[in-house]
Amino acid sequence: MNGFASDPKTMHSSSRALLDVRGLKVKFKTNRGEGTAINDVSFTLRRGEVLGLVGESGSGKSVTGMSLMGLIENPGRICGGQILFDGIDLAKLSDLEMERLRGKRIAMIFQDPMMTLNPVLRISTQMIETVRAHDDVTLVEARRRARDALGQVGIPRPEERLDAYPHEFSGGMRQRVAIAIALLHKPDLIIADEPTTALDVTIQAQILSEVQKLTSEYGTALIWITHDLSIVCGLADNVAVMYGGQIVEYGPVAEVIRSPRHRYTDGLLNSVPSRNRRGDRLRQISGFAPSIFSMPQGCAFRPRCSFADDACHQTPPLATHGNHAHRCWHPISSREGLGS
Amino acid sequence: MSAHASSASRSEQDEKLPITETPVRRMVREFMASPLAVSGLVVLSVLSLLAIFGPFIVPQNPYDLMQLDIMDSQLEPGAQSVAGMTYWLGTDDQGRDMLSGIIYGLRTSLGVGVISALVAALIGTSIGIYAAYAGGRTENLIMRVIDLQLSFPTILVALMILAFMGRGVMNVILALIIVEWSTYARTARGVALVERRKEYIEAAESLVIPRWRVLFKHLLPNCLPPLIVIATVQVGRSITLEATLSFLGLGVPITEPSLGLLISNGYQYMLSGKYWISLYPGIMLLVIIVAINLVGDQLRDVVNPRRQA
Amino acid sequence: MTTWLAQRLVQSVFVVLVMTAIVFVGVNVIGDPVSILISPDANQQERARIVAEFGLDQPLWSQYLSFLKGTLQGNFGNSFVYGMPALQVILSRMPATMELAIAAILLSVLIGVPLGLYAGLRPHSFFAKFMMAGSILGFSVPLFWLALILIMFFSVYLGWLPASGRGQTVDFLGIGWSFFTWDGLSHLCLPVLTLSIFKISLIMRMVRAGVREVLPQEYIKFARAKGLSRQRLLYVHVLKNIMIPVVTIIGLEFGSLIAFSVVTESIFSWPGMGKLIIDSINVLDRPMIVAYLMIIVFIFVTINLIVDILYTTLDPRVRLSRD
Repeated sequence: MNGFASDPKTMHSSSRALLDVRGLKVKFKTNRGEGTAINDVSFTLRRGEVLGLVGESGSGKSVTGMSLMGLIENPGRICGGQILFDGIDLAKLSDLEMERLRGKRIAMIFQDPMMTLNPVLRISTQMIETVRAHDDVTLVEARRRARDALGQVGIPRPEERLDAYPHEFSGGMRQRVAIAIALLHKPDLIIADEPTTALDVTIQAQILSEVQKLTSEYGTALIWITHDLSIVCGLADNVAVMYGGQIVEYGPVAEVIRSPRHRYTDGLLNSVPSRNRRGDRLRQISGFAPSIFSMPQGCAFRPRCSFADDACHQTPPLATHGNHAHRCWHPISSREGLGS
Repeated sequence: MSAHASSASRSEQDEKLPITETPVRRMVREFMASPLAVSGLVVLSVLSLLAIFGPFIVPQNPYDLMQLDIMDSQLEPGAQSVAGMTYWLGTDDQGRDMLSGIIYGLRTSLGVGVISALVAALIGTSIGIYAAYAGGRTENLIMRVIDLQLSFPTILVALMILAFMGRGVMNVILALIIVEWSTYARTARGVALVERRKEYIEAAESLVIPRWRVLFKHLLPNCLPPLIVIATVQVGRSITLEATLSFLGLGVPITEPSLGLLISNGYQYMLSGKYWISLYPGIMLLVIIVAINLVGDQLRDVVNPRRQA
Repeated sequence: MTTWLAQRLVQSVFVVLVMTAIVFVGVNVIGDPVSILISPDANQQERARIVAEFGLDQPLWSQYLSFLKGTLQGNFGNSFVYGMPALQVILSRMPATMELAIAAILLSVLIGVPLGLYAGLRPHSFFAKFMMAGSILGFSVPLFWLALILIMFFSVYLGWLPASGRGQTVDFLGIGWSFFTWDGLSHLCLPVLTLSIFKISLIMRMVRAGVREVLPQEYIKFARAKGLSRQRLLYVHVLKNIMIPVVTIIGLEFGSLIAFSVVTESIFSWPGMGKLIIDSINVLDRPMIVAYLMIIVFIFVTINLIVDILYTTLDPRVRLSRD
């Protein structure tokens, strides 16, 4: 089922993919039973490329990000698939090997900037320890790098601010600090898990452009996890829409937005208010996302989909058309898509 | 403990249950989930019954000098009395049956503990709710007094009071009340402050219901669960404190001995190997307090307002 | 920060003042000073002489002022029993009590913190559950009874450790300490163990709860995402957060250890101020009682002040709000 990886059109032959996720599966085992958080997730990412991972909460997008970091904790467990990062299978690495990779070659930025920095440690401590976790440098050198990183993300008077505590910064500034920490080792890949959701709209835009600028400067690949399709539009090269632990649609951003194939993607797009004409009823997807412990049989979107029929009781396979793929028994044809 | 481990998943299960379950029923069900707490409750019930009906059960009235025989003093557990009675737990230096003495001591200990905790709860809760409701300077003053008192260990405060007033059951109860009211007052104020902001109080106030009615009919019931938890734990603390004071010779008088005093009486014989005079009352004391703490611990988990949020 | 400190100091002085008033009222109004000071069979003349000597015929406020003056000068009168200034008698017993309290707090932290960390990191392990159940027992067992049981087992049954007294002491800085001799240490064992059991349970539970609370925090995940080692994560990120409440508790519990020395010292015949006060209460040695209470008030106000300052320096969030 690793359709994306083997699809020649999604892979530019000029460079080997930086990240090649194949059939990834993560399960959570609790006393309520076993639940599959993500099932058969596959995608690839080249150096410098930006992938938008879109979905509702509980769709498995964050779990996907965490499993790339090797941060799936009990009771969760990766129980299938491969995460090939620069040719190495991360799923097979030992804890120690993964530790060396984290923060060095793959970094992560989290959602709530108020929560991601340790409140009782100085910014300098939290940055210097990151430098020294991977590079054997002097304190002075580590501090210099930390200061430079702060400057790069647009924090004024970095030398002074270095010795402040997190609560002395505003939310947007804290997220900049978190980004500076993520960029300390100029990683090959940054996973950003809704890093702008908790911020004001204006700050959101600033952070977005900052990240965009820096990643393209360093050639860093980026996975941007969000529930907001509109953010992905301007930022990503490719987009993967997740639902119920699976990627239900995948393809170049422009194409997915212009002609979505999966009914869920279509619903998402129609839920964006700006796409509705004034006076129209706001469209929405009725119902709730399924819990991982009570996943519907077959297509996970079936209970909320008005096009569902008996066929949808079977899990739809990933159908690929060019570099645009979807997982639906009744995909929107391009003609229908244009009409909507 | 296992209760902590499963609490998260339990609350998830709650969502699936029909909404008809009342909060009280939920608490009862969650309480019953811990076998340790339930067994604590059972032990506590049995001991309470034993304390209440003790005089009808005991083989001997240990404080009726007519029934005592000095020839029977310091007998080992299981020994026969001159009159042919068996002393299952031995006798003390006066020839008292230890079993009977312990049951009487239990009466005093539980009685003092429960009465002081209840009266302190009543006074403390009233003051706390009043403070929350009054606000401003009154609240500030009350809170300062509470903080001041809580910064001193209870045993010292009680010791001080008894040093001034002298020993006696009433004095001990009084000392315990003075020591404990502040804990209730602080909790009651905290809960009341939260509840006050909720809409039903505003609604009641806008209906021009008298102030005291708003306070006690609307605010109090909502403050009760956390206060019950505290009261449970406080009964255990009262009993311990009373036992300690009595052991030090500052608590109950020799005519109404509690478990603490019994232990103190036996203390001098312990070094000569006559362990039972001190050991058995001590075990009884430990059993009550452990039982109370097991119940209190589980109650705290069940009632914890943070989980309901 | 300096203004805050000044305010806090004024507050402490105020608390001491309030406490002198309370102690004064307790001794002179609730208790009957005449009956304490004068033997029942004293004749009328003797009675009048003592009343005049102690100023008991003066109005209450002037009695209080002279009491306050005496307190400020450290003059509480001579002990009826020892015939020496009460303050001096108590101060001479203080090192023994402090020694006990310090040893107990050290033991509690050294055992309680690692146990709590373990129980917090592996909450489902058998050992952690066993320790948590045991801590309920540690919470419940009355101090004095625990002391008796320890004596019964270690002194009477096994005969390993002495049950009373302080043992051989060595002079250091002009004060005798049992810390430095084997004999002294063996005498320390049982009283310290008695005092520690409760504190160990308390600290263990606090640390465990702290670990459980800190571990799921986002900043821990973020710290892991930075590639920090487990040691760094635990000993810097987790521990620093937990240490704030723990240090507070340690400070406050140190006070309670001094208070509970009343019990342990009585049982183990430890020649500290706790045993002294019980003896004094039993013979109604009024100057001793008053002096003890005032010293205790002073110690507690000082401890609370130190804890507040420590808390403020440890937690940057609090520090900033007080700047």
